[in-house]
Amino acid sequence: MAEQRLFRSRAIFMTIFIFVLLCILGSRIAFLQIVEHQKYQDLSENNRIQLRPIAPTRGLIYDRNGILLAENIPSYSLTLVKERVNDIDQTIDYLKTLIDISERDEEQFRKRLKYSRRPYAPIVVKYKLDEEEIAQVMVNRFYLPGIDVEARLVRHYPEAETSVHAVGYVGRINEKEAQRLDKKQYRATEHVGKLGIERRYETELHGQVGYQKVETNARGRILRIIEQVDPVPGKDLVLHLDQRLQQAAAKAMKGYRGAVVAIDVATGGILAQYSNPSYDPNSFVTGISHKEYSGLRNNPDLPLFNRAIRGQYPPASTLKPFLGLSFLDANAVTWQDKVDDNGWYKLENDDRLYRDWKRTGHGHVNLHDAIMESCDTYFYDAAFKTTVDNISPFLAKFGFGRNMTYDVPNALSGLLPDREWKKKKRRRSWYAGDTLNLGIGQGFMLATPMQLATATAVLASKGKWHTPRLMDTLAGESQIDDSNALDDIILKDPKDWDGMFKAMAAVVTGRRGTARGLRRNLNFSMAAKTGTSQVVSIAQHEEYDSETLAERNRDHALFIAFAPLENPSIAIAVVVENGESAGRTAGPVAKAVMQEYLSGAQG
Amino acid sequence: MAGTDFSRQMNDNGDQDGFQFSQFLSKRFHIDLPLFLLLLLLCGSGLLILYSASGQGLAMVQKQALHYLIGFTALLVAAQIPPRLYQLLAPWAYLLGVLALIGVLVLGVSGKGAQRWLAIPGLPRFQPSELMKLALPLLIAWYLATKGSPPKLFTLAKAMILIAIPLVLILKQPDLGTSILIGASGILVLFFAGMPWWLIFSMISIVAACAPLMWFFVMHAYQKQRVLTFINPESDPLGSGWNIIQSKTAIGSGGIEGKGWLQGTQSQLEFLPESHTDFIIAVLAEELGLIGVLFLLTVYFLIIMRGLYLASVCPSLFGRLLSGSLIVTFFIYVFVNIGMVSGLLPVVGVPLPLVSWGGTSVVSLLAGFGIMMSMHTHKLK
Repeated sequence: MAEQRLFRSRAIFMTIFIFVLLCILGSRIAFLQIVEHQKYQDLSENNRIQLRPIAPTRGLIYDRNGILLAENIPSYSLTLVKERVNDIDQTIDYLKTLIDISERDEEQFRKRLKYSRRPYAPIVVKYKLDEEEIAQVMVNRFYLPGIDVEARLVRHYPEAETSVHAVGYVGRINEKEAQRLDKKQYRATEHVGKLGIERRYETELHGQVGYQKVETNARGRILRIIEQVDPVPGKDLVLHLDQRLQQAAAKAMKGYRGAVVAIDVATGGILAQYSNPSYDPNSFVTGISHKEYSGLRNNPDLPLFNRAIRGQYPPASTLKPFLGLSFLDANAVTWQDKVDDNGWYKLENDDRLYRDWKRTGHGHVNLHDAIMESCDTYFYDAAFKTTVDNISPFLAKFGFGRNMTYDVPNALSGLLPDREWKKKKRRRSWYAGDTLNLGIGQGFMLATPMQLATATAVLASKGKWHTPRLMDTLAGESQIDDSNALDDIILKDPKDWDGMFKAMAAVVTGRRGTARGLRRNLNFSMAAKTGTSQVVSIAQHEEYDSETLAERNRDHALFIAFAPLENPSIAIAVVVENGESAGRTAGPVAKAVMQEYLSGAQG
Repeated sequence: MAGTDFSRQMNDNGDQDGFQFSQFLSKRFHIDLPLFLLLLLLCGSGLLILYSASGQGLAMVQKQALHYLIGFTALLVAAQIPPRLYQLLAPWAYLLGVLALIGVLVLGVSGKGAQRWLAIPGLPRFQPSELMKLALPLLIAWYLATKGSPPKLFTLAKAMILIAIPLVLILKQPDLGTSILIGASGILVLFFAGMPWWLIFSMISIVAACAPLMWFFVMHAYQKQRVLTFINPESDPLGSGWNIIQSKTAIGSGGIEGKGWLQGTQSQLEFLPESHTDFIIAVLAEELGLIGVLFLLTVYFLIIMRGLYLASVCPSLFGRLLSGSLIVTFFIYVFVNIGMVSGLLPVVGVPLPLVSWGGTSVVSLLAGFGIMMSMHTHKLK
């Protein structure tokens, strides 16, 4: 039958055709399962196994007495997973009917939406939900896919404005920081130290991230935990800082612009570091509002400016104790040499009058008197005799011109001028007049309150250097590192230390001491030096008239001191901007802080 | 029996009793034993795979077993009906099918974005295109059988018109996939009837030439997207490319031996979508590896071989044409589904025959096999 033969030939064709196609299928499958097996093996593992990071708890920060300066408090945040929400706007609107979502909350949420993040990572809609809000959300969860309430630990500063200058604060990691930080370690962390101790010891405080290896299904639901590596919590820090001194400083500085720095003479520990006006760091943790931030930035008193370590002022007469020692050590003067002070000083071949602050002069004075009464004329003369080439290096031994701190990295270095400096920076040679200005702590010389306190502490310990530092112990271990301390200062005549102590004590106790006002109710012995640094230069024959000068052009008031005299334990420097009289403004602040310390705040 | 050289059956040991039993079944019940056993093997394997793919859903497996039961019943019934009766019914079935298709277009019920269902009160909802899958080859085979083989060109032209009518109706639903399959089943009849090779090649060329026209003017957006995703699934990994990426991952990660029955992570953890329907072979590939897949391919191959053999020794031309079309159509389902799942072809919604979950497909396919057995076992009177 031809028909059947035809059919048969077609059937055979089909058989072969089908066989070939089935072989193609088989090879394709084999290709996937043999040649590309590893690739798909990896893909299937990636699907089902996810590595979820576990954030480590940040280390706590304490002051020397155990007062908590930085802690982590549990806080409930409303979170949203972008991939699980169909319509974000609609969801937010619905949420608004349940709980209060302020404009600011929404503004910040939308900002966070734009940050790059891992898929399925939740974004915070609102921080710090209270119990009622949590209940409202949870009850309506069915209508809110992708919305959840997450418990998180949020950084909190109980002492707020009074601790911010030393402690600093943490804020949300921005794009630049995200590139710089170790991506692995920071996978679960949202905040990083921005300022102060929080920043300086970020690595130690952060701890180490932990991991959870979980098996998930295609919807991201976790089915079981395969493996877990616990996070290593950050190390706790104990600072030298004494919060009671901070509070005393804040109270005493109320109404003033300025700073207070106090140092433990025996160890170099920074006991106080405060700048006024201050600000609340807690606002920065969860994201400060535009309005609040502009308010701080535009405030003419500059609350964000840390005067304690970045305010550079001419030290003026507070430099005199150090200058005096430099004169003695250079053998330019002795304790007995006297100078006749008529209120002015003149250089040879120069008509310019260098004025003493006291118009009529101090009369016959030696170094002790010159310190006690702060006689400029004496110092003009002695400085001239000593020359800048001896003065400047000597001052450097006290840390002027450098940031000597161990862990305050953004403290400024002030300015210690000398011949070379002037040649390089001002393209001029050093004039005799410059030496005179230097001799009374004015001219080019600049110092921060931190530097003044540091120098005072070295003076109080009779030349022994301890690197000023905030941190005392890290995870219980003492961290002493004097490696970048300067050499101890050895005077040619060690008795000069005592002489200077006596002179500085007379500043308070002497009949004509510039800080004699502090004597009242003083129940400890102290050594001090006042200073008044010019903001605006007064023409030669003019009088300094504080009435007519606008407030911000008035002289700054400076004050350094240490106590008790016999065995000094605390050294302090205070600056009150535009305060004019150190005895009336800066002095009482220093006294109050030292009082607080000596009356039992030591720990 | 003719064609023993062609057979690779299970009971090849030439046992007289077995042979006689097989003859007995063939004569009395019109069942072809080897094919029947192979189909049972396939369905049994299907149940095992389905158990895993449905996430150990015993309920689903039980339901599928029920589908098989109904299907095998349909097979038995279809096998009893003599070919002459089929020839008589063919034109009516076709007419009914065409009317039903028109009915769908006019007052059809939508489901899944297409109008494919007909809901007549009193009758269960059904898809007329499913009916057409059997009715069309039936008709074309009947028609060509009356004209003798090889057919004249005029006959072929008329046949093509008969194919085109339901094809266009289904295309308008829109259901491109089913219309192509039904068209193919019709054309296969023509092929087996002896359509000249030159005509075959020119038709292929015309279709190839029409492809770009199809792209721009006929294809819907989602159909175009399917093709684009097919070419590069990674371009939309979370959207349209997801299925095929997950499927390849499931297959590839199975390796040669597979991860073990019920241990496939892609399927058990819900990464593989449609794992109990279109993508079920990926479950097999992941859990039982290349070995499992080759086993399944072998079973299909044996079924198809047996089917072709049965077709070629059919006493009547009608029987040969019909059986040939049915068995090759069966193969097309296998090829398209496995090709799609492994990334060789764009994703189309074609289930894996007799293994994928679903009742309609099982019943119609087994009924088709029943028809094939009927063609083979009834003598020409």
